Amino acid sequence: MDTQTPLLEAKNLSIAYSTRSGPLNAVINFNMTLHKGDSIGIVGESGCGKTTVLLALMNYLGKNGIITSGDIFFKGKSLLSMSQQELTDIRGNQISMIYQEPMSALNPCLTIGKQLFEVLAFHSNLSPSEAQERTIETLHDVRLPEPEHIMTCYPHQISGGQQQRIVIAMALLSRPTVLLLDEPTTALDVTVEYGIIKLINSLKQKYGSSMIYISHNMGLIRQTCEDLIVMYSGHAVETGKTKDVFSKPSHPYTQGLLKCIPSPAHEPSERPLSPIKGQLPPANDRPKGCFFGPRCHFFKEGLCDNPNGIPLEKTPFHPNHFSRCARTHELEKLEQPPTPKAATRASSSTQDTHPLLSIQNIKKNYHVQQSLFSSLSSSKTKTIKANNDISLSVYKGQIVSIVGESGCGKTTLAKLILGLEKPSSGSISFDNQNISDLSVRTRDTSLISHLQMIFQNPNETLNPSLSVGYQITRAVRKFNPQLSKKDARKKAFKLFDMVSLSPQIFFNRLPMHLSGGQKQRIGISRAFAGSPSLVIADEPVSALDVSVQSSVIELLHKLQLNENCSLLVISHDLSLVRYLSDFVVVMYLGHIMESGPVRDIFSPPFNPYTEALLAAVPIADVSISKRDDIVLEGNLPSPFNPPKGCPLSSRCHRFIEGLCDTTPPPTQKISDVHSITCHIPIDTLKSQPPIFTTNPNQNNQKETKS
Amino acid sequence: MLLFLSKRLGLLLLTVLATSFIVFAVLELDVDTVAVKVLGGYSTQEQRALWLEENGYNRLFITRYAEWLSNFVQGDFGYSTRFKRPVGDFFWNYLGMTAILAGITMAIVVPLALTFGILSGMKETSLLDRVLSFICIISTSVPEFASVILFSFIFVFTLGILPGTSSMIQGFSWKELVLPVLVLVVYDFGYIARITRASMVEVMHTSYVRTAILKGMPFKRVVTVHALRNALIAPVTAIFLQFPWLLSGVVVVEIAFAYKGIGHLLLEGALYHDISLIEMCTVVAVIVVVLTQLIADIICMFLNPRIRFS
Repeated sequence: MDTQTPLLEAKNLSIAYSTRSGPLNAVINFNMTLHKGDSIGIVGESGCGKTTVLLALMNYLGKNGIITSGDIFFKGKSLLSMSQQELTDIRGNQISMIYQEPMSALNPCLTIGKQLFEVLAFHSNLSPSEAQERTIETLHDVRLPEPEHIMTCYPHQISGGQQQRIVIAMALLSRPTVLLLDEPTTALDVTVEYGIIKLINSLKQKYGSSMIYISHNMGLIRQTCEDLIVMYSGHAVETGKTKDVFSKPSHPYTQGLLKCIPSPAHEPSERPLSPIKGQLPPANDRPKGCFFGPRCHFFKEGLCDNPNGIPLEKTPFHPNHFSRCARTHELEKLEQPPTPKAATRASSSTQDTHPLLSIQNIKKNYHVQQSLFSSLSSSKTKTIKANNDISLSVYKGQIVSIVGESGCGKTTLAKLILGLEKPSSGSISFDNQNISDLSVRTRDTSLISHLQMIFQNPNETLNPSLSVGYQITRAVRKFNPQLSKKDARKKAFKLFDMVSLSPQIFFNRLPMHLSGGQKQRIGISRAFAGSPSLVIADEPVSALDVSVQSSVIELLHKLQLNENCSLLVISHDLSLVRYLSDFVVVMYLGHIMESGPVRDIFSPPFNPYTEALLAAVPIADVSISKRDDIVLEGNLPSPFNPPKGCPLSSRCHRFIEGLCDTTPPPTQKISDVHSITCHIPIDTLKSQPPIFTTNPNQNNQKETKS
Repeated sequence: MLLFLSKRLGLLLLTVLATSFIVFAVLELDVDTVAVKVLGGYSTQEQRALWLEENGYNRLFITRYAEWLSNFVQGDFGYSTRFKRPVGDFFWNYLGMTAILAGITMAIVVPLALTFGILSGMKETSLLDRVLSFICIISTSVPEFASVILFSFIFVFTLGILPGTSSMIQGFSWKELVLPVLVLVVYDFGYIARITRASMVEVMHTSYVRTAILKGMPFKRVVTVHALRNALIAPVTAIFLQFPWLLSGVVVVEIAFAYKGIGHLLLEGALYHDISLIEMCTVVAVIVVVLTQLIADIICMFLNPRIRFS
């Protein structure tokens, strides 16, 4: 093979899925060339065809996927004309894939060792002992402790982060020339994600693999890939070097996506979000001309609706930078869409003296019994301390966020407040009423309607067989029993208007006829049906696409202001937290590690955990540079057996031996409202440099190395 | 594992004890009906009272149950009024006959059904799948009493190569076993094959099977190593649920071919109000149900490490 032949090449590739209602074009005219050592990122929202492209590159489309035109070449040979035997030889050997959800990608019935070994057994001539050596070496490379032990485990016996490392190791075993990564970190926590990204980058260098990385997260792609393809509705809409595309986004869709991502380094007023209007067109009903046309601010009739489609054209910025926009060359001179004014939030300064919600020294222990019989035979039960001495106050009109990795106890806290669980000790008072012992069944309607919740997954919280209008009206009538049927309906209409859904169109629809963002709006309107004074939002946007996320965030912001209620946001997304909240509580393993006003949390002094969380945030904005010297190693400790002393001591990068692992850390006050729980003196913490630095000029200047 | 086994065996004993109590209560709580059943409808009130007194039926119900239970445990299963012999004298022969019938049936059904199910499930909607599914559905949808007549017509009356009854008066005969087994196999295998197919189809759609294919494993290995073990978990439970059915649910077949098995006994016992016989049959049926489910659970545990190591 000469050096000119690309490793992997997709030429004019079009893929359709045959369905009952006819073929759906999932990918249209897709081109891509991967040379040795290249790394190409494909970004786009769900449904844009990126996973289809990836599977096609392995010639694996399932029964109903058809390649309607074009071809894929691997080292110059057409993949589509290969025999099953040739494909089997290439898959897992020359091209390997790393999957999205490691738990379901690994066979639950086979030991990890067996699943790893078979790759080498079929793809190499190594002897069993050499294979064993190679496997252990690879497991070391993905930084798994005790490889020999892990190989005897079954997938369910190790953590999600470890499973992902196994999947990566499995892909690397045969030393493939091409690595395909399908959202490899989506199911993982931020800190684990950051570790995996660093790992992938170092392995790329060590093995010299070329890779194709797909993700919906622009920040991750920026950290991992040299080249970038932005996909929208089956098309590549913009391609080029990652740094060029990010510093000079040329397609209005790319520009819009970047404006949808909240920045953890800016005040919300400096960088307001501007959501992309509308939603992704369905694959069987794409608009004429530019698919993005109906959502585009720069849409021009007669130009952008050209029935022949819009070609991918060279941009004026770089010879290798292409954009599928009819107005590429004039775009820069056109007037930008007006940036929406960030909601001004004055409330945080004018605090009442008395908090609306006050949590005092809450503890919640779960007693876990192995089974009915063991509880009869022995009184030994294990205790999980899900919440440990949590105190926090929410004032009227305030937005308070709780952040932390999964398993840190944030959802338990929400359950305690809502009365779904009872605290083991401590008190919760809401509106001067002690509610800690009132379970949700014993609470009266007015209390329930004043203390509401927005759920994470809108798909699972709406009854699929009732119209959304009915479901909202029902909530209204539950909370306001005095209303007549007619008035309740009127109020439900108002709620629809409030969340920007036209009641005429949506009232009688079933949840299945709504998009994810629309469903979440319904979920939000339900929470507001009883004019609540406190709404708990559990990961309100994490199940939504980027372009939809920002509009839901804006909606929450607006509602909170207009209704003058308080919000308690539970999230793992620090950018969102920065954008939305007034006050932040950082939790780890059931403990509060740091709490304070949002500005104080995002600037030094940091609790080491906050510092690591911030450093793990993927940043898409080229004007922000980030310190990348902190990685939280290892896994969350088992809640059955938390570290003695500081809960973070087993993973902390500022660990002090003999102190952190023996003595619980003190809570140090930095100001009246800002406190950090850590052994390290405040002055030392204060001397830490900030995580993010912004170069305001860089937006218009040439990019520098990221 | 040992702990699990002892727990389950304990539970088994408890279940058997509870059902035996219920059966005893249903049949012997009202002593007058017992007397009627034993002495017949034309007996006089005095005769019945005398019989009850003589046989200790005027004692406390609990005392009678305890006595019955202790006799039962010691191997005295009572006297069969229908066969005029102690139940223990003939019951085991009948049970053995049923065991032979059930064992041979299962030995044919299980490999056949699993093969059919796996072959049709591994490539859903392929021609092979459609052909095999067609056969399975036909076989399952013909009830036993219909196939008894059909097969008798073909093999006994038309071809004349098989005997029409299987009472085995001249000792054990393989030839007489063919028709009952055939009827049971035809009725049962389609059902298990369908369950296996559904389970296999589901497994073939999972991400880990995709992983195995994209790892470059040959299709044969994907099916045998990656899919099969996961796909067997659901059918195992279904297969072991067939044993209780084979024990007592095959009355039709046993009667049709005059095969002397438990189904036959159960029908006789029920028709002639033979209390001891019914009690014996019920207790044995319960033991078989619980025992086979225990075996099924152990096999599932072996197949599924998520249960084994939780």
